[in-house]
This record gives sequence, structure tokens and C-alpha cells, in this order.
Amino acid sequence: MQVEQVKVFTRPKTLRPVVTHYCPGCGHGIVARLIAEIIDEFGIAEKTVGVAPVGCSVLLYNYLDIDMFEAAHGRAPAVATGCKRVHPELAVFTYQGDGDFASIGTAEAVHAAARGELITTIFINNAIYGMTGGQMAPTTLLGQKTSTSPQGRNSKVAGFPIRMAELLATLEGAKYIARTAVHDPKNVIQTKKSIRRAFETQLKGLGYSMVEILSQCPIGWHMTPPESTKWVQEKMMQYYPLGEFKISKEV
Amino acid sequence: MTGNEAIAEAAIQAGCRHFFGYPITPQSELPEYMSKRLPEVGGVFLQAESEVAAINMLFGAAGAELPCVIVNIMRGGPGLGGIQPSQSDYFQATKGGGHGDYHLLVFAPHTIQEAVSLTMDAFDLADKYRNPVMVLGDGNMGQMMEPVVFKKNSGLKLPEKRWALTGAKGRPVNLIKSLYLDPQALEKHNLEINRKIQEMIANEVRVETYSVEDAEIVIVAYGTVARIAKTAIRVLRERGFKVGMIRPITVFPFPYSTFEEISGDLRKFLVVEMSLGQMVEDVKLGVCGKAPVEFYGRTGGVVPTYDEIVTETERLFKGVP
Repeated sequence: MQVEQVKVFTRPKTLRPVVTHYCPGCGHGIVARLIAEIIDEFGIAEKTVGVAPVGCSVLLYNYLDIDMFEAAHGRAPAVATGCKRVHPELAVFTYQGDGDFASIGTAEAVHAAARGELITTIFINNAIYGMTGGQMAPTTLLGQKTSTSPQGRNSKVAGFPIRMAELLATLEGAKYIARTAVHDPKNVIQTKKSIRRAFETQLKGLGYSMVEILSQCPIGWHMTPPESTKWVQEKMMQYYPLGEFKISKEV
Repeated sequence: MTGNEAIAEAAIQAGCRHFFGYPITPQSELPEYMSKRLPEVGGVFLQAESEVAAINMLFGAAGAELPCVIVNIMRGGPGLGGIQPSQSDYFQATKGGGHGDYHLLVFAPHTIQEAVSLTMDAFDLADKYRNPVMVLGDGNMGQMMEPVVFKKNSGLKLPEKRWALTGAKGRPVNLIKSLYLDPQALEKHNLEINRKIQEMIANEVRVETYSVEDAEIVIVAYGTVARIAKTAIRVLRERGFKVGMIRPITVFPFPYSTFEEISGDLRKFLVVEMSLGQMVEDVKLGVCGKAPVEFYGRTGGVVPTYDEIVTETERLFKGVP
């Protein structure tokens, strides 16, 4: 009997066959793969430029086989703006963590969105500074213990966590804003759908697009990977509701 | 035209089609001019949300080891300081004022016409070396008006930009980065940058010497102070004092050898700056102890008058301490 072999799953062409530096259980690797899949599905690898700033995000250029910039901390949306304004034919995206996008780079984030720059931001929210070793991020939840909030984040001292998706959704220039998660297969599939819509918003020239992705950081949170996925579901999603906060009819 | 407008027009005539800026006194006429003119020539003007964002947009437009031209119209500092002219950013401009081991090529024009031609040259040299080039003016140079003539671009053949991020179509991917976690690799990267800097030092020094042949005291000044010093020298010569001037046109690379050449026969150098003494350190390196180096400076936005320079020079002639 002849068996027909059909390949149903393979490494995306844009994802390099290398081992990532991400810790066990981290969400970054999943998102890198989703971005590669979307780039391949749109067939835009040869016209895509990525911008990766300081943080766990920065080594993305080791994993994606496309032209990429490294940016100074927080400055990725400005770098992407410059690139896109000079090369409007390109698809330009930034890949930023919460320390970058929601703290040191809020000015660039808000103004790129306000100007309606035709760029896409993939924003990894893991409620902590990962690469520097588990310090408090602007997205750290109240009560969450980190190396710079050892008693747990106290709003009287450190204020409140920032909801970037809701914040940016108020801006006219922002045309696709969503929050998703990657802690289980269902949400990974939804995240991929959102990344696709974000790129589509850019490619159709509609305006700025951003996907905030809740991502587990077991090492930074001092949890096992299963504990960390549970924490995303039970704690993070309570404060950071998932959904599409802004979407255009054309997408 | 004001210096700010003239520099903007020179940039456009040198082929500049993308400008990312932020309005701040005393250079706001430059983004104003660009916002009007760039769309006329099919270019992009974008007012950034901050200076930090503007320089990063430029980074995104061009890539690291930027072939870009930065205009610094200096005002008094430190901190917010004031809005009057100053030369207190000399160290920052010439000594690699940022993080790391690098230099910019830095031009210091002393007339608006010179600002025009140096700005046009700056674009060529930025491309030639794939390095940022700075036009270092001061509030006075930015705001002052003079008639100018725009000459044709040099037509210099510039290297291809194979490193640019344009989408990896039909070529291997390009990566623009400054993170080298391996110290050996980072050292190699620094050495490569240094090779270009050494090439600039060998080839790009520009300097004007003014009435130095018979001079007993040589004034050293750049930018606005140099043009004031020219008036002072005329007055001093009328009074019988043999005075000349060395005027660095590039403040990096600095014209050290000009000082080595003439130090022996001189009584003194007098360095005049709108700072409390920054370029004077480079002059001392060039003179290398062969003649006394005196200093006169005003700071905080105060511009010295030619009278002050005359008085100071006469004092030195008379040997008054």
C-alpha cells in the first residue's frame, strides 16, 4: 500500500535553524516563530525590516532571516519611523519588551502611534525586566515581588501598572491595537491572527498597529513553566484583559 | 539668509532629502526652513517629538555608523543654560562626547558663506567615511544674516551603500547593530572605526592662517570668535602690533601640525573662546611647550567684543601679568 506523505508542519523559512537564547518556558520564542510565519505567509521577507531594541528582544536578529536594526533602549519606534519614511515600500516592525516600550520608550511609542506611522509594534509584556535579571517593570502587577520591589509592588511607592493597549487605543493614528497571550495553544493561534491583522493594517496603509502579547517569564518570576502559564491566566489576564481594542473595517 | 536657513538650503543642494528635527532656540529656523523647502523637492520633513527621537529617526533612515550630517548651533550651558551664543560644546563635539571610543568629523564655519560650503562638503564626507559629520556653529552663526552664493555640488564619486537596510531582495540579509557581547569582536569593531578616524586625521584637516608670517602673537579662534578676532587684528596692526591668527576650520581632526610648524619663532599664543577654555587644550598639545599659550574666554552666552581681544593682546605685548 502506498502512503502519501504530506508535510503538515515545518520550520518557517524566515526562522533560522538556530537555538535561541531564551530561557525554558519563555514566550519570546513562540512569538518569534509567529512573526516568521506571518512574514512567510505574506511573502514579504525580502521587503521587511525589523527593529529590535535593548532587552530580551534585542537578539531577535539572530533568529529572523531578514534585514534588521538594533536600536538604543526605547528608541525602536523612532528608528522604525525613519526607516519607513525613507522606504515606504517596506514592511517595518519593532519588537519590544515592556521595559522598553512601556518605560524608557513611552514617548516614542505614543508619538509613533499618534502620527499614525505605518509601522507595526510587537510588544512583549511579561511584567518584569527579564534580561537584566527580574527587576520591576512598569507593567509589574501590584503585589508582585521582583528584585526591586522585594516586598511586592506597592502603588503608594511605585504607582500602578500601565495598560499600553488601552492607552494607545485612544489615539487617532492607531488603527489596530490588540492584546493577546501565548500561554496556551488557543491563545497562540489568536496571537498569530492579531499579528496578521497588525501587518495587514500596515500593508494596507491604514495607520499604526500594535499587538501587546502577555508572555510568561518563568525565570524572572521564579516559577516553573506550568506555574507561569497559570499565572498569566489567573493574574495577568485579570489586570490586562485580552481583546482587540481597535480594528479597521478593511482588516 | 540667516546661518540656519543657509545651512538648510546648502543641505538640500547637497542632496539632503530627509530631515528629522525638533525646534529649539537658536536653531529653530532650520527645521522651519526644511518644513517649507523639503516637500518642494520631494523630500521628507518630520518634526520629531524630541531631539532623542529625531536622532533615532535618522538612525533608522540611514543605519549605524551613520553617514549623516548633524548641525549643532551652540548656546550657553550647562543644563538648560540660556539661548545666547556659546562655544561650550567643543569637548562634546570633538572628543567623542557620547558613550564609546569614536570621533566625528567636525567643521567650524566662521561666515555664513563658509557654513554653506562646509555643509555641502559635510554630506560628501559623511558618505565617504560612513560616519557622522558635524557642523559646529553657535547661536550667532545660526541667527546672523549674510548674502550667500550656492555653488554646484562637488560631484565626488561616493561609495555604494551596500550595508543599507532596504529589504533583503536578491542579497544576503543586512544587520545594523552596535551590540558586541564578545569583547574581542567589539575591539575589532572599534579598531575598524579607528582606521576611518586615522584616515580622516591624515586627509581632512583644514585650517586658515591669517597674517601669521611676521606675527609675534598668534590668536587662535574658531567660528564667531574668529571673525571678531579678524577685526581685532586689523586694529592691532594699525597700532603697530604684529598679530596674526590660526583658525581651525576642522576642530576634529585638529590642525596640530600648523602649531608645531610656527611655535618656535613666536612670543605667545592667545586662545580666545566663548567658553572657559576647551580648544585651548588642543592648542597646548599642538604647541607642545615650545611657546606660552595664554587664554581669554567669555562664557554663559557672552560674546567677546573685538575691543576685549585688543586689550588682552596689548596686555600680553606689554608683558603685564
